[in-house]
Amino acid sequence: MKLIFEKHKDGRRGFSYGSNCVLEAKLLPRKYCRAKAAILPSLSELDVVRHYTNLSRLNFSVDTNFYPLGSCTMKYNPKFTEKVASFEGFLQLHPLLPQLSGGGKLAQGSLEVLYETEKLLCEITAMSAFTMQPLAGAHGELTGVMLIAAYHKDKGSRRKYVIVPDSSHGTNPASAAIAGYQVKVIPTGPDGYMDLAEFKKELSDEVAAVMLTCPDTLGIFNPRIKEITDLAHKAGALMYYDGANLNAMLGKCRPGDIGFDVVHLNLHKTFATPHGGGGPGAGPVGVSEKLAEFLPISRVVKRSDGSYALDYNYHKSIGYIAPFYGNFGVILKAYAYMLILGKEGLTKVAEIAVLNANYCQAKLKDWYDLPFSKNCMHECVFSAARQVKYGVHAIDIAKYLIDKGFHPPTIYFPLIVSEALMIEPTETESKETIDAFIDTMIEIARLAKENPSLIKQAPLNMPVKRLDEVRAARDPDLSWKPKI
Amino acid sequence: MSIPKNLLYTKDHEWVRIEGKVAYVGITDHAQHSLGDITFVELPKIGEEIKQASYCSTVESVKAASEVFAPLSGKVLSINTELSAHPELINQSPYEKGYFFTMEFSNEAEKANLMAADGYEIYIEGISK
Repeated sequence: MKLIFEKHKDGRRGFSYGSNCVLEAKLLPRKYCRAKAAILPSLSELDVVRHYTNLSRLNFSVDTNFYPLGSCTMKYNPKFTEKVASFEGFLQLHPLLPQLSGGGKLAQGSLEVLYETEKLLCEITAMSAFTMQPLAGAHGELTGVMLIAAYHKDKGSRRKYVIVPDSSHGTNPASAAIAGYQVKVIPTGPDGYMDLAEFKKELSDEVAAVMLTCPDTLGIFNPRIKEITDLAHKAGALMYYDGANLNAMLGKCRPGDIGFDVVHLNLHKTFATPHGGGGPGAGPVGVSEKLAEFLPISRVVKRSDGSYALDYNYHKSIGYIAPFYGNFGVILKAYAYMLILGKEGLTKVAEIAVLNANYCQAKLKDWYDLPFSKNCMHECVFSAARQVKYGVHAIDIAKYLIDKGFHPPTIYFPLIVSEALMIEPTETESKETIDAFIDTMIEIARLAKENPSLIKQAPLNMPVKRLDEVRAARDPDLSWKPKI
Repeated sequence: MSIPKNLLYTKDHEWVRIEGKVAYVGITDHAQHSLGDITFVELPKIGEEIKQASYCSTVESVKAASEVFAPLSGKVLSINTELSAHPELINQSPYEKGYFFTMEFSNEAEKANLMAADGYEIYIEGISK
């Protein structure tokens, strides 16, 4: 498909009638004006409509296809939350309003949404308080580690290490490092769990925190999690819960109850708001009572008369970590989602998500290597090692799936599984869809043996054929340049 | 999988070739093979002091970004400047043209923490099971 710039024809125009109630603007001072006109394409309205309509038809999204991308929880985003988020009263509200004198009165509904969402998330995770500010998961992680640092600093303790298992999300060690800590990585034992002996060896009074994803990135729930949190607390370290996989635990198990002190959630995963290019995300961070005083300001409080207000009076706060109150529209959608599903609905989410993943695992384990053969939680991790013998790699399987109308699972992650295929079907898919995916995966396993070249050529039915990923990475060409 | 006899190896798949007081450092054939096509390398700075088993470089492939750890302690003498324009040299010639940097190593005794070729061969057979 040609770029819109390449469709340019001199003199072509669209038409929109001007408003007659806008006063003529004064010209900007000359120093602020660009010297030459910007190079913008000239097109007719129809050219533009066709261009963008056709572009949108190339989208591969949850609304068009099954999207079992492991660790991403690409569940369907129900449309009622979009409707709620576009209510005029929310949509037209200026984020500065509650900070203006008398403005709080005009923003009570939105403040209530923030307050109530915080209360619901506290209940779901067994935390004392939440900040809604972080704009995405990794931003939440950084906020969480900064809170941990503030806590230790306040106690006068100088700790320099953060422990992460080697099965953790790559953002965990990155967030800890950005917050100023040195990272100690614990290997995974042969049973698929973090090596407890190694963990004990690295744990000391110099460790500030232990960051865990639970269930972990192999989709496995560590049965010794309580032992780990107890050991960490004994050493004076705090426990950080990466909430990326909360979908498996909703209503079943609360991070706070098993000893976690800091939790970040991905509202865009667990609570069904759009992400993956359709975002933005939201990564609220919850803390246990002893950390609440360090949370970012401002915080929404409920006054004795039942009204809501912003409170800045936390002198130990780490300050602002994002403008205003986070991605409010996303928080609003997640709030609507929680209210509609309720306690029973959210619990059912976890049950069906886990059932669907185990169904995939059971149906495919005869065809693909299963590096850790346990019942999984919300996702299952296979290895394409068996297919590699015929020259078919995880990347080839991914490309063939695209041809068959499925978004590929996550590949080459977790790093501890070679040729990993990480499948997360989520609870929103029907049995028919999952069966069709399973049939295709079995077809691939067969073809890998009988006719591997067919898989290695894929995709053949897409707008573009197999892309040269190596050249794209080594020699990226990302912007259109006019021919002069 | 090529494992030259004249090199020493780490568990993290770095190799080191010692020539007097100078050591050449790179990643093994096994490492480049499991990483796949390499697209980017970040090398240490000349003159930088590096510590055995500590982070010293980053290597990125189409699959993942990985850290490279110093096989010995010492000072970086020179870096392989070819790699920034031609990271594929690491895939094509991991032990020769694809070396990462040279260093002056400071502690002879640290060599005891490295494996000889036959030890490394047994080691990678063990982990690929």
